[in-house]
Amino acid sequence: MRARRDAAAAALPEWERLRERAAAIRRHTLANLGAYLEEFERNATRLGAHVHWARDAAEHNAIVEGILRERGVRRAVKSKSMLTEECGLNAHLEARGIEVVDTDLGERIVQLRREPPSHIVLPAVHLRRQEVGALFHEHLGSAAGLDDPAELAEVARRALRAAFLGAQAGLTGVNFALAESGGLVICTNEGNADLGMTLPPLHVACLGIEKLLPRAADLAVFLRLLARSATGQAITAYSSHVHGPRPGGELHVVLVDNGRSALLADAELRGALACIRCGACLNTCPVYRRSGGHSYATPVAGPIGSVLGAAREPERHASLPFACSLCGSCREVCPVRIDLPLQLVALRGRLRGRERTPRRLALRLAAAAMARPALFEGAARLARGLLAVLPESWWRRTPWGRGRARPPLPRRSFREEWRRRGR
Amino acid sequence: MRAALFVPCYVDQLWPEVALASADLLERFGVEVRFSPEQTCCGQPFLNAGLPAEARALAQRCAAAFEGEEPVVCPSASCAAMLRHQLPRLLGAGSAALAGRVYELCEFLVDELGVRAVGGRFPRRVGLQPGCHGVRELGLARPSERVGPDFDKVGALLASVGGLELVAAARGDECCGFGGSFSVEEPEVSCRMGLDRLAALEAAGAEVLTSTDASCLLHLRGLAERRGSALRMMHVAEILAGREPPP
Repeated sequence: MRARRDAAAAALPEWERLRERAAAIRRHTLANLGAYLEEFERNATRLGAHVHWARDAAEHNAIVEGILRERGVRRAVKSKSMLTEECGLNAHLEARGIEVVDTDLGERIVQLRREPPSHIVLPAVHLRRQEVGALFHEHLGSAAGLDDPAELAEVARRALRAAFLGAQAGLTGVNFALAESGGLVICTNEGNADLGMTLPPLHVACLGIEKLLPRAADLAVFLRLLARSATGQAITAYSSHVHGPRPGGELHVVLVDNGRSALLADAELRGALACIRCGACLNTCPVYRRSGGHSYATPVAGPIGSVLGAAREPERHASLPFACSLCGSCREVCPVRIDLPLQLVALRGRLRGRERTPRRLALRLAAAAMARPALFEGAARLARGLLAVLPESWWRRTPWGRGRARPPLPRRSFREEWRRRGR
Repeated sequence: MRAALFVPCYVDQLWPEVALASADLLERFGVEVRFSPEQTCCGQPFLNAGLPAEARALAQRCAAAFEGEEPVVCPSASCAAMLRHQLPRLLGAGSAALAGRVYELCEFLVDELGVRAVGGRFPRRVGLQPGCHGVRELGLARPSERVGPDFDKVGALLASVGGLELVAAARGDECCGFGGSFSVEEPEVSCRMGLDRLAALEAAGAEVLTSTDASCLLHLRGLAERRGSALRMMHVAEILAGREPPP
């Protein structure tokens, strides 16, 4: 994915200027978010949409449930939406007797497995085709041993077609909401959002309040960046614009805060709200690529997920900001130039500040020694001596020595040698 | 010209030859090298470990040790990046003057002294594992993520050494997994990343592995030695100063 993204970016000589422009537009939008949200609400309402406001996940779920319940909806289809993952909408609706079928192929796969997506763009990237074949055999009645990707997609397509035709409502996420027109832009590669919002008479679109863009013209920047950053495509197969309900239909737009206002008020972290969920930082992250999306235990994995997760629930996700080598690759691929490493370091300071552990004490002692050159020199000489004589069994139990051989230790430090040479 | 040598604390204690080679190299190009024993640590390990107050106190000390007008030259891209980018954040605009005269060693040779070739001979195949902060914070090379003209200041200096063949490894500027506190917070992932880099560099035919950062090399050397790899680790200052590889 990273290589495809690089090739797609390199094909545009203006790539870096596009990123700067996108970052500036997102900064401006977030700085004026209140005004743009009100403008969006006015224009969307004028187009015939019903606009709802949800303070948190519970309110969001209750609003969506209410809309569906009032219209007697028992079966709904849903296209990809990280917001509804964040809010736990599927579980909420299923517990109340409303069936939701995810229609994005990857989402459908992880839904059948009853597990969360491991990637925001490629939800089932952690699975091999054989595992998908076994899953479809069990749930969709395909032949045992079928593992050809195209044939498996056809099996899913036939099963999903029935779900589309039987659905009484289509739920979708939103990629961009346009303040100046009240329109929504929804990007997919499978066209599943389009079927979901045009076949049933009811369309419920759920989005975080940060998804706003001021003008339709801004899409010229963001649609060029989004798919190239995500998958290396020039543009997603479908970039659908929704301006009001279809004739005879109903459109509800649910705007969700769920911690976003708090993040906006946080000067060190508000930049994370600029994220357009392309997944480029996941695809490049050397930690994500080795540990996988589920290890994060957050709705969004990878570098951006570590920031969002630890900002929202610091206690629960305290380890995430530390699970990063600060290589900076995420910042460089990010189409909206979010300085993720800087945010992760800021979060480390907040999280570690609460700790009372031996490691923290040791670090503070080291810092105190470093503040006095003579003490530093003496303590370091002692440590070098100890390091040389402590048994190998001890070394191999240390976090450093478990995988790495002990370094050869110099007889004299640089400062000792420099002095000895009379410099 | 005079320059203050900024010796990272771990180089001072664990790999002094890197700093000695740096001083030799600078002197070869007519620089009068000064070392203030008042310096200890720039504070980066503490900042990245989540102790900003401790980091600020050390950064303050570090800034005081480098008072004056001289350029400050450091054989570590990561520590140089700390002084250039984090010091103003930690200490305020007052430290901007220092931030503006801090250089990574190769950067100083190329940008300030105009060095294009260092001379000497090193007839071996060398793999460069560039420090992430050198590439992505100091701009010593075009980061692979960026679109723009190709350049590589460290690679160009190495390539100027007689007989030295610079080999290109796959995913050339991917992180080696050291990452400071990351190497002990998440040792399994850190080691996996390092082993993957070693495999890529070995596959490219490298005999000697070098970097702008001795910290990355200490991590990689520990991994290579544990596996009995034939790869030899040398800091870029050691190669440029004409040192021989370790046995």
